[in-house]
Amino acid sequence: MRGYCAALAVAASILGGCAAPSRDLVVLLPDKDGKVGTVLVQNPKGSTELNSAYAAASSAPDGVRRETVSKSEVGNVFGGALAAQPPRPISFVIYFESGTDEFTERSKQEVKRLLAEMARRQAPDITVIGHTDLVGSDPSNDALSLQRAERVKAILVSMGVPAERVSTAGRGRREPLVKIGDGVPEARNRRVEISVR
Amino acid sequence: MLALRSLAVYTALFSFAGILPLVAQANDIAQFKVAKGSVYVERGGQRIAARVGTALQPTDAVITGADGSAGIAFIDNSLLSLGPNSVLAIERYAFNSTTHEGAFDAMLRKGTLSVVSGKIAKQSPDAMKVKTPSSILGVRGTEFLVQTRD
Repeated sequence: MRGYCAALAVAASILGGCAAPSRDLVVLLPDKDGKVGTVLVQNPKGSTELNSAYAAASSAPDGVRRETVSKSEVGNVFGGALAAQPPRPISFVIYFESGTDEFTERSKQEVKRLLAEMARRQAPDITVIGHTDLVGSDPSNDALSLQRAERVKAILVSMGVPAERVSTAGRGRREPLVKIGDGVPEARNRRVEISVR
Repeated sequence: MLALRSLAVYTALFSFAGILPLVAQANDIAQFKVAKGSVYVERGGQRIAARVGTALQPTDAVITGADGSAGIAFIDNSLLSLGPNSVLAIERYAFNSTTHEGAFDAMLRKGTLSVVSGKIAKQSPDAMKVKTPSSILGVRGTEFLVQTRD
Protein backbone atom coordinates (compact mmCIF):
# COMPACT_ATOMS: atom_id res chain seq x y z
CA MET A 1 0.00 0.00 0.00
CA ARG A 2 2.86 2.33 0.96
CA GLY A 3 4.62 1.64 -2.33
CA TYR A 4 1.62 2.66 -4.37
CA CYS A 5 0.96 5.80 -2.27
CA ALA A 6 4.63 6.74 -2.63
CA ALA A 7 4.51 6.17 -6.38
CA LEU A 8 1.40 8.32 -6.66
CA ALA A 9 3.00 11.05 -4.57
CA VAL A 10 6.01 11.06 -6.89
CA ALA A 11 3.75 11.15 -9.95
CA ALA A 12 1.74 13.96 -8.39
CA SER A 13 4.83 16.04 -7.70
CA ILE A 14 6.08 15.54 -11.27
CA LEU A 15 2.67 16.55 -12.65
CA GLY A 16 2.78 19.69 -10.56
CA GLY A 17 0.85 18.61 -7.51
CA CYS A 18 -2.64 17.29 -7.09
CA ALA A 19 -5.22 17.72 -4.39
CA ALA A 20 -4.83 13.95 -3.90
CA PRO A 21 -8.41 12.78 -3.78
CA SER A 22 -8.22 9.10 -2.93
CA ARG A 23 -8.27 7.13 -6.15
CA ASP A 24 -9.60 3.61 -6.51
CA LEU A 25 -7.18 1.39 -8.42
CA VAL A 26 -7.78 -1.40 -10.96
CA VAL A 27 -5.04 -3.64 -12.38
CA LEU A 28 -5.56 -6.24 -15.11
CA LEU A 29 -3.54 -9.43 -14.69
CA PRO A 30 -2.59 -12.09 -17.22
CA ASP A 31 -4.69 -15.23 -16.89
CA LYS A 32 -3.05 -18.46 -15.71
CA ASP A 33 -2.85 -19.63 -19.35
CA GLY A 34 -1.07 -16.43 -20.39
CA LYS A 35 -4.08 -14.81 -22.09
CA VAL A 36 -5.24 -11.39 -21.00
CA GLY A 37 -8.90 -10.41 -20.65
CA THR A 38 -10.58 -7.00 -20.69
CA VAL A 39 -11.97 -4.77 -17.97
CA LEU A 40 -13.81 -1.55 -18.74
CA VAL A 41 -13.32 1.03 -15.98
CA GLN A 42 -16.08 3.63 -15.97
CA ASN A 43 -17.20 6.54 -13.84
CA PRO A 44 -19.43 9.54 -14.58
CA LYS A 45 -16.44 11.59 -15.77
CA GLY A 46 -14.74 9.08 -18.03
CA SER A 47 -13.79 5.53 -18.90
CA THR A 48 -10.89 3.44 -20.08
CA GLU A 49 -10.49 -0.12 -21.30
CA LEU A 50 -7.74 -2.27 -19.80
CA ASN A 51 -6.68 -5.07 -22.13
CA SER A 52 -2.98 -5.77 -21.58
CA ALA A 53 -1.13 -7.44 -18.72
CA TYR A 54 -0.59 -5.08 -15.77
CA ALA A 55 -2.53 -2.28 -17.46
CA ALA A 56 -3.92 -0.14 -14.66
CA ALA A 57 -6.37 2.69 -14.12
CA SER A 58 -7.41 4.81 -11.18
CA SER A 59 -10.79 6.32 -10.55
CA ALA A 60 -11.92 9.30 -8.48
CA PRO A 61 -14.80 11.79 -8.73
CA ASP A 62 -12.72 13.87 -11.18
CA GLY A 63 -12.45 11.01 -13.67
CA VAL A 64 -10.63 7.86 -14.74
CA ARG A 65 -6.97 7.89 -15.71
CA ARG A 66 -4.35 5.35 -16.76
CA GLU A 67 -1.67 4.39 -14.25
CA THR A 68 1.58 2.50 -14.46
CA VAL A 69 2.18 -0.05 -11.74
CA SER A 70 5.11 -2.38 -11.30
CA LYS A 71 4.80 -6.01 -10.24
CA SER A 72 6.34 -5.15 -6.88
CA GLU A 73 3.72 -2.43 -6.28
CA VAL A 74 1.04 -4.98 -7.15
CA GLY A 75 2.58 -7.32 -4.59
CA ASN A 76 2.68 -4.59 -1.94
CA VAL A 77 -0.92 -3.52 -2.39
CA PHE A 78 -2.59 -6.82 -3.28
CA GLY A 79 -0.35 -9.45 -1.68
CA GLY A 80 -2.94 -10.34 0.98
CA ALA A 81 -5.80 -10.72 -1.51
CA LEU A 82 -3.64 -12.72 -3.95
CA ALA A 83 -2.41 -15.07 -1.22
CA ALA A 84 -6.04 -15.79 -0.26
CA GLN A 85 -7.14 -16.85 -3.76
CA PRO A 86 -8.93 -20.20 -3.66
CA PRO A 87 -7.36 -22.96 -5.76
CA ARG A 88 -8.55 -22.99 -9.37
CA PRO A 89 -11.52 -25.25 -10.12
CA ILE A 90 -10.58 -28.47 -11.90
CA SER A 91 -12.83 -30.55 -14.17
CA PHE A 92 -12.96 -34.32 -14.58
CA VAL A 93 -14.85 -36.01 -17.43
CA ILE A 94 -16.76 -39.26 -17.03
CA TYR A 95 -18.19 -41.59 -19.69
CA PHE A 96 -20.61 -44.48 -19.34
CA GLU A 97 -20.21 -47.79 -21.16
CA SER A 98 -22.66 -47.52 -24.03
CA GLY A 99 -26.21 -48.30 -22.94
CA THR A 100 -25.25 -49.13 -19.33
CA ASP A 101 -25.03 -47.56 -15.90
CA GLU A 102 -21.34 -48.48 -15.67
CA PHE A 103 -18.45 -46.05 -15.97
CA THR A 104 -15.86 -46.94 -18.59
CA GLU A 105 -12.56 -48.30 -17.22
CA ARG A 106 -10.83 -45.01 -17.94
CA SER A 107 -13.60 -43.11 -16.17
CA LYS A 108 -13.21 -45.28 -13.07
CA GLN A 109 -9.60 -44.05 -12.91
CA GLU A 110 -10.86 -40.50 -13.45
CA VAL A 111 -13.19 -40.88 -10.46
CA LYS A 112 -10.18 -41.95 -8.34
CA ARG A 113 -8.35 -38.80 -9.43
CA LEU A 114 -11.46 -36.75 -8.60
CA LEU A 115 -11.64 -38.17 -5.07
CA ALA A 116 -7.91 -37.56 -4.56
CA GLU A 117 -8.36 -33.95 -5.69
CA MET A 118 -11.27 -33.50 -3.27
CA ALA A 119 -9.13 -34.88 -0.45
CA ARG A 120 -6.44 -32.29 -1.26
CA ARG A 121 -8.86 -29.35 -1.01
CA GLN A 122 -10.33 -27.44 1.91
CA ALA A 123 -14.12 -27.86 2.11
CA PRO A 124 -14.42 -28.95 -1.54
CA ASP A 125 -17.76 -28.71 -3.30
CA ILE A 126 -18.52 -30.06 -6.74
CA THR A 127 -20.95 -29.52 -9.58
CA VAL A 128 -21.81 -32.56 -11.68
CA ILE A 129 -22.69 -31.32 -15.18
CA GLY A 130 -24.35 -33.55 -17.78
CA HIS A 131 -23.76 -32.98 -21.52
CA THR A 132 -25.45 -34.58 -24.52
CA ASP A 133 -24.57 -34.88 -28.18
CA LEU A 134 -26.25 -32.79 -30.89
CA VAL A 135 -29.13 -35.18 -31.56
CA GLY A 136 -32.56 -33.92 -30.51
CA SER A 137 -34.06 -30.72 -29.13
CA ASP A 138 -32.87 -28.46 -26.31
CA PRO A 139 -35.62 -29.41 -23.83
CA SER A 140 -35.16 -33.15 -24.25
CA ASN A 141 -31.36 -32.86 -24.05
CA ASP A 142 -31.60 -30.60 -20.98
CA ALA A 143 -33.67 -33.26 -19.22
CA LEU A 144 -31.42 -36.10 -20.40
CA SER A 145 -28.21 -34.34 -19.35
CA LEU A 146 -29.61 -33.56 -15.91
CA GLN A 147 -30.65 -37.21 -15.49
CA ARG A 148 -27.10 -38.32 -16.29
CA ALA A 149 -25.71 -35.81 -13.82
CA GLU A 150 -28.10 -37.04 -11.11
CA ARG A 151 -27.02 -40.63 -11.80
CA VAL A 152 -23.36 -39.71 -11.37
CA LYS A 153 -24.18 -37.79 -8.19
CA ALA A 154 -25.92 -40.88 -6.78
CA ILE A 155 -22.88 -43.01 -7.57
CA LEU A 156 -20.49 -40.50 -5.97
CA VAL A 157 -22.69 -40.28 -2.87
CA SER A 158 -22.72 -44.10 -2.66
CA MET A 159 -18.90 -43.88 -2.69
CA GLY A 160 -18.98 -41.61 0.35
CA VAL A 161 -19.04 -38.09 -1.10
CA PRO A 162 -21.39 -36.04 1.16
CA ALA A 163 -24.58 -35.26 -0.82
CA GLU A 164 -24.72 -31.68 0.45
CA ARG A 165 -21.34 -31.01 -1.21
CA VAL A 166 -22.66 -32.04 -4.65
CA SER A 167 -24.89 -29.99 -6.95
CA THR A 168 -26.05 -31.07 -10.39
CA ALA A 169 -26.62 -29.27 -13.67
CA GLY A 170 -27.89 -30.27 -17.11
CA ARG A 171 -26.11 -28.30 -19.80
CA GLY A 172 -27.91 -30.17 -22.60
CA ARG A 173 -26.32 -29.81 -26.04
CA ARG A 174 -24.87 -26.33 -25.49
CA GLU A 175 -21.26 -27.31 -24.91
CA PRO A 176 -20.21 -30.16 -27.20
CA LEU A 177 -16.66 -31.41 -26.67
CA VAL A 178 -16.44 -32.33 -30.36
CA LYS A 179 -18.07 -29.79 -32.63
CA ILE A 180 -19.85 -31.73 -35.35
CA GLY A 181 -22.99 -31.30 -37.41
CA ASP A 182 -26.44 -30.94 -35.89
CA GLY A 183 -28.13 -34.30 -35.52
CA VAL A 184 -24.90 -36.34 -35.73
CA PRO A 185 -24.61 -38.87 -32.89
CA GLU A 186 -21.25 -38.54 -31.12
CA ALA A 187 -20.34 -40.62 -28.08
CA ARG A 188 -17.57 -38.26 -26.97
CA ASN A 189 -20.16 -35.52 -26.41
CA ARG A 190 -22.37 -37.72 -24.21
CA ARG A 191 -20.42 -37.14 -21.05
CA VAL A 192 -20.60 -35.94 -17.49
CA GLU A 193 -18.19 -33.29 -16.29
CA ILE A 194 -17.38 -32.84 -12.62
CA SER A 195 -16.11 -29.44 -11.59
CA VAL A 196 -14.30 -29.39 -8.23
CA ARG A 197 -13.99 -26.14 -6.31
CA MET B 1 -10.30 -14.37 23.02
CA LEU B 2 -10.92 -17.97 22.11
CA ALA B 3 -13.91 -18.14 24.43
CA LEU B 4 -15.28 -14.94 22.97
CA ARG B 5 -14.92 -16.30 19.46
CA SER B 6 -16.63 -19.58 20.43
CA LEU B 7 -19.44 -17.58 21.93
CA ALA B 8 -19.80 -15.58 18.73
CA VAL B 9 -19.92 -18.78 16.70
CA TYR B 10 -22.40 -20.31 19.08
CA THR B 11 -24.59 -17.21 18.99
CA ALA B 12 -24.46 -17.22 15.21
CA LEU B 13 -25.38 -20.89 15.06
CA PHE B 14 -28.17 -20.44 17.52
CA SER B 15 -29.68 -17.41 15.83
CA PHE B 16 -29.76 -19.25 12.50
CA ALA B 17 -31.05 -22.46 14.04
CA GLY B 18 -27.91 -24.28 12.97
CA ILE B 19 -28.53 -23.84 9.27
CA LEU B 20 -25.62 -21.58 8.48
CA PRO B 21 -22.36 -23.42 7.99
CA LEU B 22 -21.43 -26.49 6.03
CA VAL B 23 -24.92 -27.60 5.03
CA ALA B 24 -25.84 -26.56 1.51
CA GLN B 25 -28.99 -24.49 1.12
CA ALA B 26 -30.84 -23.94 -2.12
CA ASN B 27 -29.83 -20.28 -2.23
CA ASP B 28 -26.15 -20.82 -1.42
CA ILE B 29 -24.09 -19.11 -4.08
CA ALA B 30 -20.53 -19.50 -2.83
CA GLN B 31 -18.31 -20.96 -0.15
CA PHE B 32 -15.27 -19.80 1.73
CA LYS B 33 -12.23 -21.83 0.72
CA VAL B 34 -9.82 -19.62 2.64
CA ALA B 35 -10.53 -17.72 5.87
CA LYS B 36 -7.53 -16.38 7.78
CA GLY B 37 -7.66 -14.08 10.81
CA SER B 38 -10.92 -12.24 11.42
CA VAL B 39 -13.45 -12.78 8.64
CA TYR B 40 -17.16 -12.09 8.97
CA VAL B 41 -20.32 -12.39 6.94
CA GLU B 42 -22.95 -9.71 7.40
CA ARG B 43 -26.42 -11.04 6.71
CA GLY B 44 -29.69 -9.34 7.58
CA GLY B 45 -28.00 -6.98 10.04
CA GLN B 46 -26.16 -9.78 11.85
CA ARG B 47 -22.45 -10.42 11.82
CA ILE B 48 -21.37 -14.05 11.67
CA ALA B 49 -17.81 -15.35 11.97
CA ALA B 50 -16.88 -17.07 8.70
CA ARG B 51 -14.63 -20.09 8.36
CA VAL B 52 -13.64 -22.47 5.60
CA GLY B 53 -16.83 -24.12 4.33
CA THR B 54 -19.19 -21.28 5.36
CA ALA B 55 -21.69 -20.58 2.57
CA LEU B 56 -22.69 -17.20 1.16
CA GLN B 57 -26.10 -16.07 -0.02
CA PRO B 58 -27.07 -13.22 -2.37
CA THR B 59 -26.91 -9.80 -0.64
CA ASP B 60 -24.40 -10.99 2.01
CA ALA B 61 -21.39 -8.79 2.72
CA VAL B 62 -17.93 -10.12 3.59
CA ILE B 63 -15.73 -8.23 6.03
CA THR B 64 -12.08 -8.84 6.86
CA GLY B 65 -10.24 -7.35 9.84
CA ALA B 66 -6.70 -5.97 10.00
CA ASP B 67 -5.37 -9.53 10.28
CA GLY B 68 -7.96 -11.06 7.94
CA SER B 69 -8.08 -12.41 4.40
CA ALA B 70 -10.65 -14.56 2.64
CA GLY B 71 -11.00 -16.61 -0.55
CA ILE B 72 -14.44 -17.43 -1.92
CA ALA B 73 -15.47 -19.77 -4.76
CA PHE B 74 -18.86 -19.09 -6.39
CA ILE B 75 -21.04 -21.75 -8.02
CA ASP B 76 -20.23 -20.39 -11.51
CA ASN B 77 -16.50 -20.84 -10.68
CA SER B 78 -15.89 -17.13 -10.15
CA LEU B 79 -13.13 -16.77 -7.54
CA LEU B 80 -12.99 -13.67 -5.34
CA SER B 81 -10.48 -13.01 -2.59
CA LEU B 82 -10.09 -10.18 -0.13
CA GLY B 83 -7.04 -8.76 1.60
CA PRO B 84 -7.10 -7.23 5.09
CA ASN B 85 -9.42 -4.36 6.15
CA SER B 86 -11.84 -5.00 3.31
CA VAL B 87 -15.60 -4.91 2.85
CA LEU B 88 -17.23 -6.59 -0.15
CA ALA B 89 -21.01 -6.45 -0.63
CA ILE B 90 -22.65 -8.98 -2.93
CA GLU B 91 -25.41 -6.82 -4.37
CA ARG B 92 -26.81 -9.35 -6.81
CA TYR B 93 -26.02 -12.91 -7.80
CA ALA B 94 -27.98 -15.18 -10.11
CA PHE B 95 -26.68 -18.10 -12.17
CA ASN B 96 -28.55 -20.49 -14.44
CA SER B 97 -26.41 -23.62 -14.53
CA THR B 98 -28.07 -24.85 -17.75
CA THR B 99 -27.71 -21.72 -19.90
CA HIS B 100 -24.92 -20.00 -17.91
CA GLU B 101 -26.96 -16.80 -17.99
CA GLY B 102 -26.69 -14.81 -14.83
CA ALA B 103 -25.98 -11.55 -13.06
CA PHE B 104 -23.19 -10.76 -10.65
CA ASP B 105 -22.85 -7.31 -9.03
CA ALA B 106 -20.36 -6.82 -6.23
CA MET B 107 -19.27 -3.62 -4.47
CA LEU B 108 -15.84 -3.26 -2.87
CA ARG B 109 -16.62 -0.66 -0.22
CA LYS B 110 -13.05 -0.68 1.04
CA GLY B 111 -9.85 -2.65 0.88
CA THR B 112 -8.44 -4.96 -1.77
CA LEU B 113 -10.03 -7.57 -4.00
CA SER B 114 -8.72 -10.11 -6.48
CA VAL B 115 -11.13 -11.46 -9.10
CA VAL B 116 -10.97 -14.45 -11.43
CA SER B 117 -14.21 -14.29 -13.37
CA GLY B 118 -16.22 -17.44 -14.04
CA LYS B 119 -19.01 -18.77 -16.23
CA ILE B 120 -21.36 -15.79 -15.79
CA ALA B 121 -18.88 -13.31 -17.31
CA LYS B 122 -17.84 -15.81 -19.97
CA GLN B 123 -21.42 -16.34 -21.15
CA SER B 124 -22.37 -12.66 -21.39
CA PRO B 125 -19.83 -9.85 -21.18
CA ASP B 126 -22.15 -7.41 -19.41
CA ALA B 127 -23.43 -9.82 -16.77
CA MET B 128 -20.69 -9.21 -14.19
CA LYS B 129 -19.97 -5.83 -12.63
CA VAL B 130 -17.58 -4.98 -9.84
CA LYS B 131 -18.06 -1.53 -8.33
CA THR B 132 -16.03 0.75 -6.14
CA PRO B 133 -17.49 3.91 -4.55
CA SER B 134 -16.21 5.91 -7.55
CA SER B 135 -16.43 3.50 -10.48
CA ILE B 136 -18.06 0.56 -12.22
CA LEU B 137 -15.94 -2.16 -13.81
CA GLY B 138 -17.39 -4.04 -16.75
CA VAL B 139 -15.84 -7.49 -16.62
CA ARG B 140 -15.09 -9.12 -19.97
CA GLY B 141 -12.66 -11.47 -18.18
CA THR B 142 -10.73 -12.68 -16.54
CA GLU B 143 -8.23 -11.80 -13.81
CA PHE B 144 -7.89 -8.42 -12.19
CA LEU B 145 -7.33 -6.56 -8.94
CA VAL B 146 -9.28 -3.73 -7.35
CA GLN B 147 -8.41 -1.42 -4.48
CA THR B 148 -10.86 0.98 -2.90
CA ARG B 149 -9.01 3.73 -1.07
CA ASP B 150 -10.49 5.70 1.78
